[in-house]
Amino acid sequence: MSAPGSPSVRTYVLVFVALLILAAATTAIAYVDLGPFNTVVALAIASIKASLVGLFFMHLLYTRGLTRIVVLAGFFWLALMVSFTLADVFTRHWVGLPSP
Amino acid sequence: MSDAAANPGLTHAGARGAAVHHQFEDLEQQHDASSFGMWIFLATEMLFFGGLFTAYIIYRGLYYPGFAAGSHGLDAPFGAAMTFILLISSFTMAMSVHAAREGKRGMLVALLLLTIVLGAAFLGIKFTEYGQKWREHMVPGLNFHPAAEDLRGAPATSVELFLCFYFFMTGLHALHMIIGIGLLSVMAILAWRGKIKPENYDRIEVSGLYWHFVDIIWIFLFPLLYLIGGRYK
Repeated sequence: MSAPGSPSVRTYVLVFVALLILAAATTAIAYVDLGPFNTVVALAIASIKASLVGLFFMHLLYTRGLTRIVVLAGFFWLALMVSFTLADVFTRHWVGLPSP
Repeated sequence: MSDAAANPGLTHAGARGAAVHHQFEDLEQQHDASSFGMWIFLATEMLFFGGLFTAYIIYRGLYYPGFAAGSHGLDAPFGAAMTFILLISSFTMAMSVHAAREGKRGMLVALLLLTIVLGAAFLGIKFTEYGQKWREHMVPGLNFHPAAEDLRGAPATSVELFLCFYFFMTGLHALHMIIGIGLLSVMAILAWRGKIKPENYDRIEVSGLYWHFVDIIWIFLFPLLYLIGGRYK
């Protein structure tokens, strides 16, 4: 059933320190000119931070499969919403339809 | 773990201890059900915020200069400070769950109060920022007559559109923070009265899931709203 154990205090502290470093990195990198990659790097760091919070603070690493399926289902529907909406809006000019 | 697990013949509530509600086999199953329910709610929240993020992506693509100009009008160090405060509060929240699991009542109350204070500090900075926008006359719909230098050469309507997203996304996030602070206040009172025990700490766990989720939303809002186009130059 459920995965054994829960994170130790040591794990929580290590994850917390990693989150602080990543937050500092996000802010610092904004002051460096990376051209279009500023946004890519910022979102990549944000995704790593969100994963750390999810896996350790929200115990996804220590939970059972059913809960993980709920999270994946959430991401799946989110991906559907974003990708299908973008596929509509950003291809309208191909066939000369009005854009928002 | 529980009597029922050790002794399958015993299925009455009395034999399994009062902490287990009658519809569950044992504490572990009851705890899993709590987390499962909260995660289903959080999946709907993901799509709730997801609608705003989708609209943001589209309009940022269509009106990029206005979005970059509006973003440069926000105070990046303020945004960074709020990010750090929320991350610290997530850590104290995670430690609260740990204290609840271990049955350390005093530490649980202290950590919950600390989390609430950090959440309130976040909201304090947020509302200071809203006040600043009001004084700059950059609140769409209610008070939008920005000075030319605040528009940074971008069309006023595009900057206004960015600020609409800014206020709706941070506003919805702030509403969640207020609800979270209310939730944690109830938990702090329950913990203070000694109602939280290791066998029913799942309500702290579930409150923690909500708090961490709101933190994750902010982790994405910070770069998307405060750091568009970088801060070099």
